[in-house]
Amino acid sequence: MYGSAYIDPNTQFEGYLAPGEDPALLAEFEARIAAGDKIEPRDWMPALYRKQLIRMIEQHAHSEIIGALPEGTWITRAPGFRRKLALMAKVQDEVGHAQLLYNAAETLGKSREDMINDLLTGKSKYSNVFNYPAMTWADSAVIAWLIDAAAIVNQLANSKGSYGPYSRALDRICAEESFHLKYGHDNVVFLATGTPKQRQMVQEALTRWWEPIMHFFGPPDNVSQHTEVLMRWKVKMDTNDNMRQMFLNMYVPKIWDLGLSLPDPDLRKNEETGKWEYTEPNWETFKQVINGHGPCNAERLAVRRMAEEKGRWVRRAILKENTPYAIPLS
Amino acid sequence: MEMTERHVMGLIEMLYKMADDQLIIGHRNSEWTGLGPILEEDIAFSSMAQDKIGQSLALYELLHELGEQDPDTVAFTRNAEQFHCCQLVEAPIGEFDFSIVRQYLFDQAEALRFEMLITSVYEPLAMVSRKFRGEIKYHVMHGKTWIEQLSKGNEESHDRMQQALNAVWPLALGMFEEGDYEKEIAEVHIFAGEKALQARWMETVVPFLSSCGLEIPAHSDAVLGGRKGKHSPELQPLLDEMCEVFRIDPSAEW
Ligand SMILES: [Fe+2]
Ligand SMILES: [Fe+2]
Repeated sequence: MYGSAYIDPNTQFEGYLAPGEDPALLAEFEARIAAGDKIEPRDWMPALYRKQLIRMIEQHAHSEIIGALPEGTWITRAPGFRRKLALMAKVQDEVGHAQLLYNAAETLGKSREDMINDLLTGKSKYSNVFNYPAMTWADSAVIAWLIDAAAIVNQLANSKGSYGPYSRALDRICAEESFHLKYGHDNVVFLATGTPKQRQMVQEALTRWWEPIMHFFGPPDNVSQHTEVLMRWKVKMDTNDNMRQMFLNMYVPKIWDLGLSLPDPDLRKNEETGKWEYTEPNWETFKQVINGHGPCNAERLAVRRMAEEKGRWVRRAILKENTPYAIPLS
Repeated sequence: MEMTERHVMGLIEMLYKMADDQLIIGHRNSEWTGLGPILEEDIAFSSMAQDKIGQSLALYELLHELGEQDPDTVAFTRNAEQFHCCQLVEAPIGEFDFSIVRQYLFDQAEALRFEMLITSVYEPLAMVSRKFRGEIKYHVMHGKTWIEQLSKGNEESHDRMQQALNAVWPLALGMFEEGDYEKEIAEVHIFAGEKALQARWMETVVPFLSSCGLEIPAHSDAVLGGRKGKHSPELQPLLDEMCEVFRIDPSAEW
C-alpha cells in the first residue's frame, strides 16, 4: 500500500563514504546511476546506500502487513458478496506486497526474521496512517481509495529509483494498486451517492482521515546534504511537498465532485502558482504518532506480536536454516 | 424417473447445505488474513477463502434460479437457525493446527463431493462442479502438504497435529449428516448420498493420515445437527459480524 522515503530529521549525516570505501568505486557507481542503470544485489554500493534502502524497503514492507490489519477487520463485515470478494483480494494483494518487499530488502543482506523482530521491538517503523482506527465500513472505503492513491503517487516515483529489485517490485505493486484504487473509488462513490446514512458515514470517515492523509507524505523536507545525496543516488525520488501537491491536484477535485467536503477552510488551488494552498497539518501530532503515541500503535504491534508468537511452533517445525543471500523475486 | 416436488425439495436442501458450508468456511479462513504463521499462509488461506466464497455465491445463484431469494439476501439476512452448514465449518479458527486439519478434512470431502456431482442429472450443478473441481484440487494439496510437513516436523508439531485431529474428527464426521431426502435425490441421480460420500472420504483420508503417523480417533461420534439448523454457539456471533454493515440500511446499495 505505502512507501515513503521519509527521512528522519534526527538522523545524523555522517558523510556518504564509509571508512575504507574506495572513491573510484563511488565515482563509477554514481556514473551508472546518472546514466539510468539499475544497481543489482551483487554490485558494489556504498554502505550508506545499502543502509538507507534497507530502512526504506523494510518500512514499506512493514506498512503493507500492518496496513492489512485495519482493512482486514472489515473483510468479515463487508456488505454483500461483491465487496467481500473484492476486499479479500485487495488485502491479500497487500500481504503479497509485503512478501515481495521483504524479499527485495533481503537481497541487501537483512533477513525477514530480523526485519520482523525490529518491527516488533519498535526499532523500525511503518507508515503512520495505520496507527489510526478504521472505525466504520466507510473508513475502509476511504482508506482503499485515498491512502492507496497517495501510495501510488509515492510508489510510482520510487519505481524510477536506482535499486533494481525494489524498482521492479514497485512496478508489479503499482499495477495491483491501481485496482485497489478503482475498488476504493467505486466504494466511496456508492456511499457518497447512496442513502443519507451512507453519505453521513463517508463524510465522517473522510473528515477523520484528512489529517493522516495530509501527514502521509511526511513533513516538508529540510534541505540537507543527506537528502541531496539520497536524491542523487535515486533512493529518494521527489520531495515530500511535491508529492503532496501531486496528490492534492489529482484527488481534491474528485472528492469535491462527489459533494463531499474537506475539513480545511483554506484548501484551494492558487491559479497563479498552480499550487495548492492548505493549512499545515499538525506536525507535532505526526511526531507523536511516529514515536508510538498514536491511537492504535500499541494495538497494531500487539496483534502482530500475537501472530508471531502463535506461529512460532509452525516456523520451528518447517523452516530451514537462514540462507544469507536471497534470490530476488523481482 | 420423473422429478417430483420432493426431488426438487431434496435438491434445494442439498444446495443450501453446500452453499452454507462454503460461505462459512470461507469466512473463517479469511480470518487468517494478517495473522498467519508465515506471510505465505496469509496469502494461501485468503485465496482459498476467496474460492470458497465465490463457490458459495455460484451455488446461491443456482438456488435463486430455483426460486429462492437473491444471494446477498440469502447470505446476509438469515439467522443461525436458518443455516444448514455443518458445525465443523463454524468453529473459530483456533490455532494453525486446528485450522489446517479442518481445511484438509473439509476440502477432501468437497473434492469428492464435486467429483460425484459432475455426473449429476441436474446439469447446472454438474457444470459448476466441473469448474470447482479444479480449484479444490489445490486446496487439498495445500492441506496435505502442511499436514505431512507438520506431522513429520518435530515432536511438538506432531503432537499438535494429533491433538488437532482428535478435536476435528467428530466435527468432520458431522459433514455427512443425512438430509430428509437422501433416497429421492439418489433415485433420480442428482447425488448418490452422504453415506456413499463418507465411504469414499474414509477410503481417502484414513490411509493418508496414517501415512503421516497420525492415529484416527476411535469411537468418536459425529457432531450432528448443523444440517437441521442446530448449531454451535459460535455461529450466531459470526453471522452478526458478517451482516453488521449490510443491516445498517437494508434498503441501501453497497
Ligand atoms: Fe500495497
Ligand atoms: Fe493497495
